[in-house]
Amino acid sequence: MLQRLFSFRGGVKPETNKAPSVQVPIGLAPLPERLYVPLHQHIGGHPNPLVEAGQRVLKGELIGGAEGWVSAAVHAPTSGTVIAVEEHVAAHPSGLTTLTVVIEPDGREEWIERQVVDHRSLPPERVREFLRDAGVVGLGGAVFPSHAKLTAAKAVAMEDLVINGAECEPFMTCDDVLMRERADEIVRGIAIFRDLLGARRVLIGIEDNKPEAVAAMHEAVGRLGEDYQVVAVPTRYPAGGAKQLIRVLTGKEVPASKRSTELGVQCFNVATVYTAYRALAFGEPVLSRIVTLTGNVEQPRNWEVRLGTPMRDLVALGRPKPDTTRFLMGGPMMGFEIPDLAAPVVKATNCIIAGSPALFPPAPPEMPCIRCGACAEACPHELQPFDLYWFARARNFGKTQEYSLFDCIECGCCSYVCPSHIPLVQYFRFAKSEIWAREREKQAADAAKARFERRNSREEREQAEKAERLAKASVARTSGSRPAATDAGPPARPRGSSAEAGSGSRAESPTDAAAAPAVGDAEALRKATIVAAMERARAQRESAQPKNTDHLSAAQLREIAAIDARRAVLGSAGESPKGPDE
Amino acid sequence: MIDFSTPPYLLQAHTSVRRVMVQVLVALLPGIGAYVWLIGPSILLQLLVASLAALLAEALMLRLRGRPLGLFLSDGSALVTAWLIALTFPPLAPWWLITVGTLLAIVVAKHLYGGLGQNPFNPAMIAFAACIVSFPALMSQWPVLGLKLTLVEQLEMIFGLAPRIDALSGATPLDALKTALKIGEGNIDIPTLLATQEVFGTFAGRGWEWVTAGYLLGGLWLWQRKVIHWQAPAGFICGLSLLAGALWLWNPERFASPLFHLFSGGAMLGAFFIVTDPVSGCTTTRGRLIFGFLAGVIAYTIRVFGGYPDGVAFAVLLLNLCVPLIDMYTRPPIFGMKDGK
Ligand code: SF4
Ligand code: SF4
Repeated sequence: MLQRLFSFRGGVKPETNKAPSVQVPIGLAPLPERLYVPLHQHIGGHPNPLVEAGQRVLKGELIGGAEGWVSAAVHAPTSGTVIAVEEHVAAHPSGLTTLTVVIEPDGREEWIERQVVDHRSLPPERVREFLRDAGVVGLGGAVFPSHAKLTAAKAVAMEDLVINGAECEPFMTCDDVLMRERADEIVRGIAIFRDLLGARRVLIGIEDNKPEAVAAMHEAVGRLGEDYQVVAVPTRYPAGGAKQLIRVLTGKEVPASKRSTELGVQCFNVATVYTAYRALAFGEPVLSRIVTLTGNVEQPRNWEVRLGTPMRDLVALGRPKPDTTRFLMGGPMMGFEIPDLAAPVVKATNCIIAGSPALFPPAPPEMPCIRCGACAEACPHELQPFDLYWFARARNFGKTQEYSLFDCIECGCCSYVCPSHIPLVQYFRFAKSEIWAREREKQAADAAKARFERRNSREEREQAEKAERLAKASVARTSGSRPAATDAGPPARPRGSSAEAGSGSRAESPTDAAAAPAVGDAEALRKATIVAAMERARAQRESAQPKNTDHLSAAQLREIAAIDARRAVLGSAGESPKGPDE
Repeated sequence: MIDFSTPPYLLQAHTSVRRVMVQVLVALLPGIGAYVWLIGPSILLQLLVASLAALLAEALMLRLRGRPLGLFLSDGSALVTAWLIALTFPPLAPWWLITVGTLLAIVVAKHLYGGLGQNPFNPAMIAFAACIVSFPALMSQWPVLGLKLTLVEQLEMIFGLAPRIDALSGATPLDALKTALKIGEGNIDIPTLLATQEVFGTFAGRGWEWVTAGYLLGGLWLWQRKVIHWQAPAGFICGLSLLAGALWLWNPERFASPLFHLFSGGAMLGAFFIVTDPVSGCTTTRGRLIFGFLAGVIAYTIRVFGGYPDGVAFAVLLLNLCVPLIDMYTRPPIFGMKDGK
């Protein structure tokens, strides 16, 4: 049956440069002298170290447990001794450090006891936990914990499971070779995801510049008797972006404000599916990944690399040419420059490209925007990048949000085509991080305000209670009647003290209050006046402050809230590099 | 503020502002060729004068504003403005008139508004509008058709060495039509005029019709090269011909055909080189259509019912004013938001 294809707007067609690295099969990168395994390699909670220096670990042993639901476990990639648990430079553009388990391998590759499970024999919840504890995350580059994406929306039936083998970034071929060489395992792994989601249809999308991968997957699907459809999609960056691939294969457009499951579709990268299969069928947690090493090197190739291998060791395998000036992690469209080759290979490391000035010429000088609209035509999310650029430059961040800044996936198509060579994506990243910073500040201020208000109301309540007690006490004194006396005076003591214990402040016994009623009242009045004045001042301040969410529609406000929620997840991940695949 | 060592590390080869501008200049060549061939080589001199004035003004302003000279002088945008000015002014206009127009365009309309990419109004149209208002006589002295002047005589004319004689009492075909209709006071109809008067050619002004055809050719090439979008020219041509066509069908004696209007005056140059100016035009797809269409309608209205021989410049300037509004109301829905949520 011929699959009907849809199309997404925009996109660009850079030179793919994929051929050099697919000439030889995947090689197994040798064991380095030391492995530097960061505990936080995914989006979500930071795992805590479960090992300490001097401890011996086995291959596959848990060294960092998942922290919270959106998190994933980390394991020892080989057997050996833990030398240290310390801060080490991370695979991140900032070059900051992250808590890392340093392991000295003993070369024996002794495995832990591997537990094999059949996902059909376990309740789905257990399978998800199993995947989390095997460290299965999106290997397309986004490294979002896969188990957290494996729950169908309640109200919507799961129609399509999209398997992403598009791999649209130039230079990158790790998914291509994986599909060529290990198609059976991928196809077997798809069943896990399909069953957990209850998807009706499975669509495997591969860019049509990888005919070998398409053929291999096709054969595997046939051989294993599955009804999955292998679809060759037109080669156009960013066809491998999850949203773009979903659009091409199903015609559905997932807006930034929604989860794809709400539209009855979910998307996983082929490498993710492969690791999930290894985890269940062989009991092997994620210990290594395929990394493309290409660019300005003598021997471009794909390597199966243990996580934690220093990039320097990996890069040496390719023998960089003398004019190499820098190394990129990820593709040339969305990757970043590696600040320090001491950083280790992590789950997000899909590709390392040696760069030279000839390969990646420096951008010509930036010119003013001539409003030519080329960027808008290239934007796969149909934004108006020149407007966003204009607002970001003017630091008009409210407007950038109104113009859907957070729908931007930072694919770089706009910068790619701009005749004025404006680094548009950098402006957008700048605007996003500014907005995040402001949000954080605002949240801190809100928390302080809430604290202040809680204290105020507590004091008011106490004042009111005190006034009541005073009133009753005076009534009791003047009338001297029994009923009133039950509520005030010495018999009332237990009650008064319990109220004080409840409010937990300013021990003032009823006798004190009774002794100096006039003083207490004056005090209370003064306090109330001050509180009211402060309240007024705060209200004034607030109304005078410009809010960048002023002219937003309710829908946009909702969107922003959703974005904030997502960002909270992202932010805690230290902004892991996000790949277009998955 | 901006970290420049971040992605994308690949940029499209051969794309630059200069390349865009050079392609626009190249696209003007067929029209200029026809101009030289049919009207006279004096236009080359005018192009030269305008170019020099533009580059000088540009250099001066860049220096004053402390901008890198080499980068911006070589971007070609000043030359595009200069050429458009030369092509819209009368071919034998005195050199200083062209110079004043160009200076006005570059200094005031472009740099005082912030330079490349910042000008809300089309600089060439500012020059034209300002000059036709300030020097109406000079701006309507077109050479009598078939006037055979040697290059030297043309030079003398432009540089004011020869008296500006009745040789220059000619008019543009649009003007001629309007004047003849006025003089004829209803006793004369357009088909007769077109057939009898020497100033008219096969379907529009003699000679001029081929110059405008040259612009059309260049414009189509620009579109094919993806330098311009089709919406603005299509909108302009539709706007102009719909109005012209309706009136022509209603009373062919009083109103010329859409074909005549399309190939007269600044219509073709306007459609492909003026309303397509990205800086002062609309940026959204629908916006460009609206911009072009309204410009066409207004240009026709001014040219037929107004006091000036042609209305393209005023129409474009008027719409430049409306660009922010049009852009705001035609912002396209983004990915995933097409069902109006
Ligand atoms: S491509 Fe560049 S010059 Fe053109 S509109 Fe976009 S930002 Fe401006
Ligand atoms: S980086 Fe953002 S604005 Fe630019 S093309 Fe990609 S999605 Fe559009």
